[in-house]
Amino acid sequence: MRQYVIKRLLFAAITFFVIVTVVFFLLRLAPGGPFDGERRMPPEIEANLKAAYDLDAPLVVQYGKFLMRLVQGDLGPSFKQKDFSVNDLIAAGLPVSATLGAAALVMALVIGMSIGIAAGLRPGSAFDGMLMTVSNINLAVPTIVAAPLMVLIFSVSLAWFPAGGADTAWHFVLPSIALAIPLSADIARIMRGGMAEVSLEPHVKTAHSKGLPLPRIIYRHMLPIASTPLISYLGPAVAVLLTGTVVAEQVFDLPGIGRYYVQAALNRDYTLVMGVTIVYAFAILTLNLLVDIAYGIIDPRIRVASRA
Amino acid sequence: MLNTALDFVRSSKLVMFASALLLSVVLAAVFGPIISPWDGEAMDWEALEAPPSASHWFGTDLVGRDLFVRTMEGARVSFTVAIIAVTVSLCIGIPWGAAAGLIGGRTDQLMMRIVDGIYCLPGILIVILLVVMFGRNQYLLFGALGAISWLTLARIVRGQTLRLRNAAFIEAARSMGLSTSHILRRHVIPNVIGPIVVYTTLAIPGVILAESFISFLGLGIQEPDTSWGVLVSDGTQTMESSPWLLVFPGTCLAITIWCLNTLGDRLRDYLDNRTTHRQSS
Repeated sequence: MRQYVIKRLLFAAITFFVIVTVVFFLLRLAPGGPFDGERRMPPEIEANLKAAYDLDAPLVVQYGKFLMRLVQGDLGPSFKQKDFSVNDLIAAGLPVSATLGAAALVMALVIGMSIGIAAGLRPGSAFDGMLMTVSNINLAVPTIVAAPLMVLIFSVSLAWFPAGGADTAWHFVLPSIALAIPLSADIARIMRGGMAEVSLEPHVKTAHSKGLPLPRIIYRHMLPIASTPLISYLGPAVAVLLTGTVVAEQVFDLPGIGRYYVQAALNRDYTLVMGVTIVYAFAILTLNLLVDIAYGIIDPRIRVASRA
Repeated sequence: MLNTALDFVRSSKLVMFASALLLSVVLAAVFGPIISPWDGEAMDWEALEAPPSASHWFGTDLVGRDLFVRTMEGARVSFTVAIIAVTVSLCIGIPWGAAAGLIGGRTDQLMMRIVDGIYCLPGILIVILLVVMFGRNQYLLFGALGAISWLTLARIVRGQTLRLRNAAFIEAARSMGLSTSHILRRHVIPNVIGPIVVYTTLAIPGVILAESFISFLGLGIQEPDTSWGVLVSDGTQTMESSPWLLVFPGTCLAITIWCLNTLGDRLRDYLDNRTTHRQSS
């Protein structure tokens, strides 16, 4: 097990390093500097600005300095928002994005697993067909369509929820639902497959014939096996969720890092784009690592094999 | 091939329905702008932000452009994206996966670790990064979308290749001294075509969605060109006064995604059943 964890950790660390390096060089080699404004700057000022942002040094030196700062957790100044460092902006936005992502994930798991369990207990029944049709429709309606419609119905027409901002927990309800819907459809399909498969296992039949109550059979004998594929799905799900937060923050006007990312991409604020990408990559790799480790703990093939 | 396709379409009512629906969206995209009396960029000053009517089937937008024509022009963009991106992903994914599976060993490990590494990044962020770098060029965007969707394909092809690698007929081909490229073309690829078709069908909705996400965020297709993402984004701005501007493009997008998802799923089941039948009989 320890060997497995070390291997995964090493893989994550190398991937992170490669991502950071690629992103750095891509953005430095990109055409057009950050100060290409409409007005030509006097050469002295431009030289001073470049010096302030370390842009006058050779690329390798810039890269070295960048790595040194990154190790200390400093992502440098924002190119376009003069008074802010990238760290300031991320510190302001990350809690919002993380709350949104976590709330959506929990909601997707609760909805998706309930639908999946209910459908998978009687695969092929009318109830199963209905639930799967609903989740297919959920998959097909993209967030960019569902989210504005939700704002229109629940915020504008019914005024049940606030339309924008992130002041109270109430502000997070609609965006989390909008994000959770497509994810819950995926989860429901995976859960349904797992439940349908495990219900044919001999040990489940034994549990039934012993007369155990259904909730207990589901909880003790079916869920642990049926939810294993779900754990490996959580890795890609994080990526889906992250993309979703970018859109949801836009539609629901939440001041998270996804909004900064899009704004920075539109203004070509290279350092901010780079900073947010690094934060995203770090979050995804960490969560994937946790998923891998959880999988290792649950899957006896990995647990036992590495113990020997 | 054509017979198989027809058999598949006739295999269930749902498949027939989804195929017909998808076909009608494609036909509308191709012929709609030609049939309609309106032009996508012409402004009808008599009907600004008009609701759907006999003359403007989907209504008009804020500057009086016909929404039906614009939606169908958006559909053309979506289908172009699908074709280009899928071609790119086939061109990268198949050779990559087949090579990794055939060569094996350390090279295979390295190639698949690269796939794992890219796989855990959200593709849309990579595309946004490329758009930031190279500016907004729609062919670059289409290519970038393809360049992020080959990963699953490479994994599938590798898995199939590994399965085939030790098969007796491949061994026979090897012992006859056939070249690796010949074995790939004549023996490996024909055997893995089924899963590739299924995956491709399922990848198209992903690519279409990704394009509309990026355009929705204002980083993709730009005015006066349009796409479903742009239309949905515009519709969102005006949804309180004229909801049809959001509803029509959004519905077209959802219908297309639903058809492709359904067809891909059913095709997978269909091919699965056929192989099990053939093996058991």
